[in-house]
Formats: sequence, C-alpha cells, structure tokens
Amino acid sequence: MPMEGIYLFALLCGAMVLLAGTGIGALLVGRWSARWAVALGGGGAVAACLAGLAAAIAALALRFQKTAVLPWNIPHGSFALGVDPLSAFFLVPMFLLSGLAAVYGIGYFRPWRGRNPGRFWLSYNLLVASMALVLTARNGMLFLVAWEAMSLASFFLVVFDDEAAATREAGWIYLVATHIGTAFLLALFILLGCANGSQDFAAFAAPGGATGLMFLLALVGFGTKAGLFPLHVWLPEAHPAAPSPVSAVMSGVMIKTGIYGIVRTLEILGSVPGWCAWLVLGIGTVSGVLGVLFALAQHDLKRLLAYSSVENIGIIAMGLGLGMLGLHYGSPGIAALGFAGGLLHVLNHAMFKGLLFLGAGAVVHATGTRGIEALGGLLKRMPWTGAAFLAGSVAICGLPPFNGFAGEFLIYAGSFKAILGAGALALGGVTVLVALALIGGLATACFTRAFGIVFLGESRSPVAKAAHEVDATMRGPMLILAVLCLVIGLAAGTVVRFMEPAVGMLSGSSVAEGGGGSVQWIFPMALSSVLLLLIMAAGALVFFRRSCLAGRPMRETVTWDCGYAAPAASMQYTATGFAQPLTNAAARILRSRVEFHPPKGIFPSTASFHAETPDIARESLFDPMFRKTAAWLGRLYWLQQGRVHFYILYIVVALMVLLGWALRP
Amino acid sequence: MNNAIDSILIFLVLTDLILLGSSRLKNAIRFVALQGLALGLLPMLAHSQGVVWHAVLLGAGSALLKGFVFPSLMNRALRETNANREIEPFVGYISSLLIGVGVLALSFWSGARLSLPWEAASLLLVPAGLFTVWTGLFLIVARRKAITQVLGYIAMENGIFTLGMVLVEAMPLLVELGVLLDIFVAVFVMGIIVFHINREFDHIDSDQLAALKEGPP
Repeated sequence: MPMEGIYLFALLCGAMVLLAGTGIGALLVGRWSARWAVALGGGGAVAACLAGLAAAIAALALRFQKTAVLPWNIPHGSFALGVDPLSAFFLVPMFLLSGLAAVYGIGYFRPWRGRNPGRFWLSYNLLVASMALVLTARNGMLFLVAWEAMSLASFFLVVFDDEAAATREAGWIYLVATHIGTAFLLALFILLGCANGSQDFAAFAAPGGATGLMFLLALVGFGTKAGLFPLHVWLPEAHPAAPSPVSAVMSGVMIKTGIYGIVRTLEILGSVPGWCAWLVLGIGTVSGVLGVLFALAQHDLKRLLAYSSVENIGIIAMGLGLGMLGLHYGSPGIAALGFAGGLLHVLNHAMFKGLLFLGAGAVVHATGTRGIEALGGLLKRMPWTGAAFLAGSVAICGLPPFNGFAGEFLIYAGSFKAILGAGALALGGVTVLVALALIGGLATACFTRAFGIVFLGESRSPVAKAAHEVDATMRGPMLILAVLCLVIGLAAGTVVRFMEPAVGMLSGSSVAEGGGGSVQWIFPMALSSVLLLLIMAAGALVFFRRSCLAGRPMRETVTWDCGYAAPAASMQYTATGFAQPLTNAAARILRSRVEFHPPKGIFPSTASFHAETPDIARESLFDPMFRKTAAWLGRLYWLQQGRVHFYILYIVVALMVLLGWALRP
Repeated sequence: MNNAIDSILIFLVLTDLILLGSSRLKNAIRFVALQGLALGLLPMLAHSQGVVWHAVLLGAGSALLKGFVFPSLMNRALRETNANREIEPFVGYISSLLIGVGVLALSFWSGARLSLPWEAASLLLVPAGLFTVWTGLFLIVARRKAITQVLGYIAMENGIFTLGMVLVEAMPLLVELGVLLDIFVAVFVMGIIVFHINREFDHIDSDQLAALKEGPP
C-alpha cells in the first residue's frame, strides 16, 4: 500500500476511534460536570469530523481506491475497510454536516444543563462513527453490524426527549421501521453470501438469475432508511421528535446511507433487469410528488421538512432511475447525467436540508413551538436565522444561483437527452421531466409558505413576539451551510468534475461525454447570466426606491399598516389558508380531515377551521396491516401463561424434540 | 480409573433420583452440593494425560462454588424465608420418580445414538450428563418454590459440566467457566430476588408471578 494510503486509513480509523472514545468519555464525565461532557463530546465530534473530512476530500481528489483488511474473529466476518470514490463522495457531506451540527448542538443544549449531556454526545458520536463505518465497510457482516449500530444510535437520539409520550411513540415507529428494513438487508446479504461463498464485497459478483430479487431486497431494505414512498412513514414522526441538530444529521446524511446502499448494490450487481430501473424511477416519482404535496399540508415546521426530505429522496431516486434506464438501453451519456444528478442532489440535499433543520431548530429554540400557525414576523427578530433559512429555501426549490438548481439541472439535462432517444427511453425522460417540473413548482409554493408564514408578516402569538436571535455557536453553522449552498451552486462545474470518478463507477462513462461537454459550459453560462440578471434587477429596484423616496420623510411602522385602521395578526393568511388552493386540488390524495365551524348569524361570535393531514401510507397501508397481524397473533395468547414454569417447559419440549430429531433412526 | 469415574456417575444418577423424589429443601440443597463436590473430581480423572493444571483448576473452582458457596447462599435464603418443604408441587413425587426413570431410559438411548467426535472416558458419561440436565429442567418446570428452581439450575449446570467432560481435552475451560459464571450470577440474583419477593409478598411461590403477565388487550 502506498504511503498516502496508510495515512488516509489512519485518519479515517482515528476519526472513528476518537468519536467512540469521546462519546463514552462524555457519558462518564457528564455525571460530574456537564461543561466537561459538552467539551469532550462536542469537541471530539468536531475534531473527528475535521479529520474525517480531510481524509474524504483527499481520497476524492486522489481518486483513491483501496481496501484494508484487519483481523476480526467473527464467523463470515472480516474487518474490511475500503475507500473508493463512491464512499469518499458520501463521506464528504457526512463529516461536513455532522461536524457543523455538533458545533450547533453545543449551543442548542445549553438550556438543558441540568441533565447529563453525555447521554446525547455518546449517541451522537456513535451515530457519526457508525455512519462512517457503514460507508467504508467492505464485508457483509461488518456492514450489518455498523448499520444496526447506526440505527440504534439514531433511535436513542430520536427518543432523547423521552418525557414526551409523542416522542416515545415516534421512537417506536422508527425502531420498528428500521428493523423491518434490516430484515430485508439480512436476506440480501445471505443471498449474496450463499451465491459467492464469502461475505467480502470484493468476492461479491452478480449471480445469474437472482439479480432482480436481490435488487428488490436492497431497494426495500435501504429504501426504508432512505425514506422512499411508501416506506417513509417513520420520517414525519422521528424527525420532529428528535432534537434539531439530530434531525439535521438524520435527514441530511443518515438517510443518504440508504441511497449509498442502493448505489453500492448497483455497483456490486453490475447490471440489473430493466424493470428495476423503471421501479426506481416510478418510486422516485411517486415519492417526489407525494412528498412535496404532504409537505404543503403540514403545520409543524419540522414535519414539513421531513416530508420535504421524502420529496428530495424521490428526486435523487429519479436521477438514479434515469441513470439505470440509460444503462439498460445502452446510452451511457444519459446514465452519466442521471447518476451525476442524483449524486449531486445527495450532496446538495445534505447542505440545504441540514441548513433548514438547523434553522427550524433555531426557531424552536427561540419560540418553543414548531407550529407554523403560531409564528410570523421572525425575520425582524432573528435576521441571521431568517437569511440562512431563506437561502436554504431558495436552494431546496431548485432556483439558481443556489446548489439545488445544479443537481436538478443535470437530471433535467439527462431527461431531455432521453426524450430524443428511442421509445421506452423517451417515456422515462418525459416522466422525469414532467414530475420534476411539478415537484419544482410545488416545492416553491411549499417553501414560500414556510418562509413567508414563519418569518414574514406580523407575529401570530406572544412567543413569536418574544423571540430572540440565537447565539454564535448556532448561527455560525447555519451561515457556513448557507455560504456552501451558494458556493456549490456557483462552482457546480468544478464539483461535478470532482465527483466524476464516483459517477464513472456507476455509469462507466463521464458527465462530459454524456452531455457532449455541454454541462461543462452550461453551468457557468446559465448561472452567470441569471446572476447578472438578478444583480441588475436588484440594482434597478434599489435605484427606483431611492428615486421615489428622494426628499421625503421616512419612518418605520408595523407590518400591514397601509390603509388598515387597526391591523392585527389574525388578518394575515394562515399557513392552511395559503396552501388551500393547492391542497384542495390534491384533496383526493391528501384526504385532509377538516374541522370547520363556519360563522353563523349576522353577528358571528366564533368560527374556526382546522385541517389535519395524516400520512396516506400509514393510514391505508401500515395501520391496517399491523392491526391485522396483531389480531392474528392475538390467537397465540393462550401460550403466554405468565408462569416461568411453562416458558421453561416450552424450551424443554423444544430441546427434546430437536434432540430426538437429531438422533432419529 | 474407569471405576472411579463410573462410581461418580452412578452417584450422580442416584442423587438426581433423590432430588426428584424428595420434598425436603434442606436435603435437596445438600445433595446438589454433594453432586458438585463429586463432579469436581471428574476433570482430573477424565483427562487422558492424568493431572493437567487447567483440569485441576476447573475441578477445584467448580467444587468450591457448588459445594460451599451455593449451598451457603441457599441455606441463608431458606432461613430467611422459613420455607422447609416443597408443598403442592405441580407434579407429585411418585410421578416425578416415574418420569425420571422414563427420562433415564431415554438418556441412555440418546447417549448410545449420539455420535461424538471424541471417545468418551466412560460409556456412562453422556447418559448421566443428559439425565442430570433433564432432571434440572424438570425441577424448574415442575416445582413451585423459587429455591427449588435455583436448585434445578444448578443441577442442570452439573449436567452440562458432566457432558463437558467428553470434550475435556478440546476446549472446555473457557466454555465451562462461562457457564459457571452464568450460574453463579443467576444464583446470586435469585438469592436476592427470592429474599425480596418473600419480604414483599410473604411467600416465594413463583407461579403467583403470573399476575404480572400482560393479558390480551
């Protein structure tokens, strides 16, 4: 192994060991001193993330591709760690966002000084370490162990605020969902292991015939973690329940390990049947459209962001699906564009969704509520948070010059290219194109609503009036993420060149070949022209305002003062009202439960309107399924006598039967 | 040499039958302790190369625990709970003995059929070990008092220990130490729990714990 290889692995392993060590240390120290626990846990997380980030960027730049095997005394297991462009590409946002969220967490948990903060840092640091292990594991056993560690660490983070009953329920839903997913992964690795006689990724080769089944298992198993429809049910429960820095990490990077898993399976299997590509494309489309529709109907800021994660995972899946279609129909250019768009959106979503969750956390921190209907006018009181949230909102809508545009642009480019292709491929292209345009429009409506209702206008409640800007440890990470969103957007061409090796691993060709080089110049051109237009428009507005106000007196007054005698917060649009034209149009899908008491009489005294939108997959798929299963299993209650004697008797009988079976003549 | 092993094993089988047929807890504790002491000699006898340090260590440790530590713990629990006899067991003593004889026959049958990777030191070793395991499990299932159940666990461990003698030259030390540790912790915890259950409810009938089960919704 060359020298830099040793340093790279040492840096990565050092980061993981540091994370685990400082996490445990924080828990122990936390009994005596909360301050030291935060310093140890938070400091360790930040230091380890910096080290890991350096290693990941170096690996990506060097196109590093190596596997190191350490001895590990587990059946079928080997401690095989590998770094290749694909792993490195996922490691970069993982370490970046985890480090920033750790800084944010140091400020976020200041009010909870009374309890042992080591509890948080232990789970947090273990979560980051296990994510790094998931992304670098090159053995099925090691991967599953890391995967479970990641699930459990994040479960304990979700139920961190375990005094609330809703949080505990969210935790259970997450735990059940994630283990159902792992069950499918177990089946996948058993199949792969049986076909190849080893659990090492290096030994995995696509066996004939069963690739479709294997990919399906991977899609269900990893899709549960990623949050693809209809397996997304845990997201809108767990993300609001978790502390905000955790929601940022979970939504920004942890669910991306699901995408990583799907992509890694693709890389291992080599080629999959055509229907798999259509399946991924279809699920991506449904996730994208339904995700954003449900986001539009939410009143809880973090729940809204969680549904928006479903939408963005859908966009990523559409990109991957397009790439797979390109591979299947022998069009490497479309494949390269699709995979590149999907992967770039992984990076982008980590940045802007992390930013938005941190922003939502700042709002919750300042006002104590997640309900958007109670907020409003926060931009004046929290200008930094507001500006950062705005940047994130623009980015997530896919508007230039922020990064969301770049990723979606690549997928658009791929779908345009696909439309020019032969029959079936054109159908895929049209699907992606139409769905992406629809999602973009709805997302813009959704985040106009989120930003407008929360930050603009007049405060709708006393808590919103009393809000204050958060401190520097929380502001800093948000601002860095906002700047990164802008930088990635502006330097998208460079970023795409950086991820070329990862795309090449999947598509076998480069983005430049795929787009005929157009992508290389279209980014700078499109972005610079848009930027120029924006600057010109802004300049013109400022000039117009100046010239209108020249020589006139100016004074500040309350919002909505123009023409109203007594402006009140209640005359503004509510969040429900703002979204109603769109949610009404999609009423069939959303099935909102409306509670409407219309005003009665000439002088109506009370009137109210309330709409609740429960999750469609949970309501009509999982709830009935689990109820049926519970009813069916309820018939076995007679086995449960409550007496230890009987339980041991069952064991004895089972042992005797097994022994008799083993010794049968 | 073989005679000594066989005598120990026959003693084991006989004490098992006594355990099945006796209602006096004090006696039962004494016989389980004797089993433990006798089994402490087995590793040295069963080892083909004569006295090997790890076999001696294993035997001495297990004899110390089962012959002295466990009985004193359980006698203490007995004193504290004022329980002298097993009253109203789920399976009566005569039926227990009859079942015991049936299981003994079954043990011999399965001992003969079981193909082992190593030659056992005595033909009785596997049947006696199996019978002791089954006896222990039977005591756990068929008796009401928590103390008898602890005795059942220890008897089961004795059986596992005996079966381990078949593999005494392969790798029993670690496995046996693990099992011994398990039982030690179990007895320790049971001792404490029995004491607390008794103080809380004025009895140590473990079947009344059924009140704690989750019923159908």
